[in-house]
Amino acid sequence: MNQPERAKEDEQPVISLRGATASLGARPVLRGVDLEVRRGEVVALLGANGSGKSTAVRAIVGQVPLTGGELELFGTPKRRFRDWARIGYVPQRTTAAAGVPATVREVVSAGRLARTKLGFSRRADRDAVVKALELVGMADRLKDSVNALSGGQHQRVLIARALAVEPELLIMDEPMAGVDLASQEVLANALREEVARGTTVLLVLHELGPLEPLIDRAIVLRDGCVVHDGPPPEAVGQHALPGHDHVHPHADPAAEPTRTGLLS
Amino acid sequence: MEILDAAFMQRALLAALLVGITAPAIGIYLVQRHQALMGDGIGHVALTGVGLGFLLNTSPVWVAATVCVVGAVVMELIRSYGKARGDIALAMLFYGGMAGGVMLINLSDNGSNANLVTYLFGSLTTVSEQDITAICILAAFVILATLGLRRQLFAICQDEEFARVTGLPVRLLNLLIAVTAALTVTVAMRVVGLLLVSALMVIPVAASQQIARSFATTLALSVGIGVLVTLSGTTTSYYVDVPPGATIVLMAIGVFVALTLIATPLARSRARQKALDEERCTLAEPGAPGAPDDVRV
Ligand SMILES: Nc1ncnc2c1ncn2[C@@H]1O[C@H](COP(=O)(O)OP(=O)(O)OP(=O)(O)O)[C@@H](O)[C@H]1O
Ligand SMILES: [Mg+2]
Repeated sequence: MNQPERAKEDEQPVISLRGATASLGARPVLRGVDLEVRRGEVVALLGANGSGKSTAVRAIVGQVPLTGGELELFGTPKRRFRDWARIGYVPQRTTAAAGVPATVREVVSAGRLARTKLGFSRRADRDAVVKALELVGMADRLKDSVNALSGGQHQRVLIARALAVEPELLIMDEPMAGVDLASQEVLANALREEVARGTTVLLVLHELGPLEPLIDRAIVLRDGCVVHDGPPPEAVGQHALPGHDHVHPHADPAAEPTRTGLLS
Repeated sequence: MEILDAAFMQRALLAALLVGITAPAIGIYLVQRHQALMGDGIGHVALTGVGLGFLLNTSPVWVAATVCVVGAVVMELIRSYGKARGDIALAMLFYGGMAGGVMLINLSDNGSNANLVTYLFGSLTTVSEQDITAICILAAFVILATLGLRRQLFAICQDEEFARVTGLPVRLLNLLIAVTAALTVTVAMRVVGLLLVSALMVIPVAASQQIARSFATTLALSVGIGVLVTLSGTTTSYYVDVPPGATIVLMAIGVFVALTLIATPLARSRARQKALDEERCTLAEPGAPGAPDDVRV
C-alpha cells in the first residue's frame, strides 16, 4: 500500500456499522445498530444478557449475516473485505478444548493461520505464538493440554490465540469471563501494550474492572438498539445501567454458542 | 515368511496397512469435532454404491467411492445448513443407503448374500488386483490431505467460527474432510467391512487420547495403533480362520482397554514428576497470581 492511500485509510473508521439489522431464526436481534470504532480507540460494548452484544460482534466478523444496513471494515465494504489477518477475534466461549487433546501451543498456533493460510509454519510464526502466550502470562503452560486448564486459563488461551494473529484490530467477546482479578490485571497490561502499539480494540464486557482506565468509549445495547454511545459509565454506575440484570455469563450452559455436534 | 507367498495375502496386507494409516488419520478430525459416527453413516451409504457396482457389473470400489463422496457431501451440507431437522435427514440418508444397497445387490445376478457379507464384514481373499490399485490411489489422496493440511484441519475442527474469521477457506476444507472420510470408507471396506469401518476411525483415536496430551502425539499414536491392529489382525485371520474385520476391531478395543488401564498410573507418575520439579505449596507473596486475595468477581 502506498503512502497517500495509507494516510487516507487512517482517517477511515476501522469498523463502521450503519443501521445494521440482523435476525437469528425468526427473531430480530439487531434493530438498527450504528457503531463506529476509529483507529487506535478502545471501545467497550455493554448491555444485559441477550441484548445482542455477541450478535453485533459476530456480524462484524462476518459470522451473522446482516439483513439490512452497511458494514465497512478498514474502509472496505464487508463483501469485498479479505484482509482477515488484520483482525484478531476472541469468541465467547467457556472452553478452548474440543474432542481430541491439544496443547496450549497447538491451540494458539491456529491464530497464525490468518497469516500462513494454507502454507507452512515458519520460525516467525512459532515466535509469535510464544510471545502471545507471554503476554497473557501463560508461557509456562505451552506444552500442557488445554483439557488440564481452569476456566480463566481457557479464556487466556483464547486471547493469546487472537494476539498471535498480530492484528491491527482486536475484537473480544467477554474476554474477562471467569478470569480472576490478578489475571485481569495481567491482561489489562497486555492490552495496554497492544494499544500503545496502535492496536484498535472492540470488546464486550459486563464489568469494566481493571480495564476501565484503557477504555475511551462505551456503547450500550438494549434489545438490539444502541441506548448509549459516549464516555464509559462510572464504575458504580455500571450496575445501575438500565436493563443490566446482572446474570452471570455462564449461568446457562445451553446458551453457549460453541456447538460442535454432528448437526451444528 | 510363507504368509507373503500367497499373492492374495500380499494384497490383503498392503490394503490392511493403508487402512491402518488412513482410517485413524481422518478419524481424528471427526472425533475432534464430535462427529465420531459420521464414518458409520458413510459406511451405510457405501452399500448403495456396492449394490450399484454389482448391478452395473463394474468395480464396486470405484462406484462405492463415488456414491460415498456424494453421500458425505450431502451430510456436510446438512451439517452446515440443516440445523433443526438435520438429524432426521441424516437418519433417512443412512437407512436409505443401507436399504438401497441390499435391494440393489439382490436385483443384480452376481450379487449373492455371501457376496454381500464380504462387503459388510470384510474378507481377505476378495481383495482383487483391480481393487488394490484403486485402494492405493485413494489412500494416497487421503494421506496427502490429512497429513499435509493437518494444521488447517485441526483449526477448523477445534473452533470452526474462529477458523472462519482467520480467513481460511473453511467451507472448502469441510468438504475436503467429508470427501476424505468417504474415500477412507471405500479404502477400508474390503478389509474391515462397511459395518466396522467407523470403528477403525474412532477406536485408535480414543485409545491414544487416554495417554496423549497433544494433538500431534494423538495423531501419531492413532496411526501407529491403526497399523498395528490392521496388520496383526489380518495375519491372525490368515492363520486362524476368523473374519479379519472383527479380529482387527477386537484387537483395537484391546489396545484401548490396555491404554486406559495404564493411563491412571501414567498420569500419577507425571504429576509426581511435576511435583518434584515444583516442590510443595509455599504461601505466595501477596499480590502474586494465585494469592488468596484474587477472589473472582
Ligand atoms: N441461535 C439463536 N437462535 C435464535 N435466537 C438466538 C440465537 N442465539 C441468540 N439468540 C437470541 O438473540 C438475542 C441476542 O443474543 P446475543 O448472544 O447477541 O446476546 P448477548 O448480548 O451477547 O448476551 P450475553 O451477555 O448473554 O452474552 C438473545 O435474546 C437470544 O435469545
Ligand atoms: Mg454474548
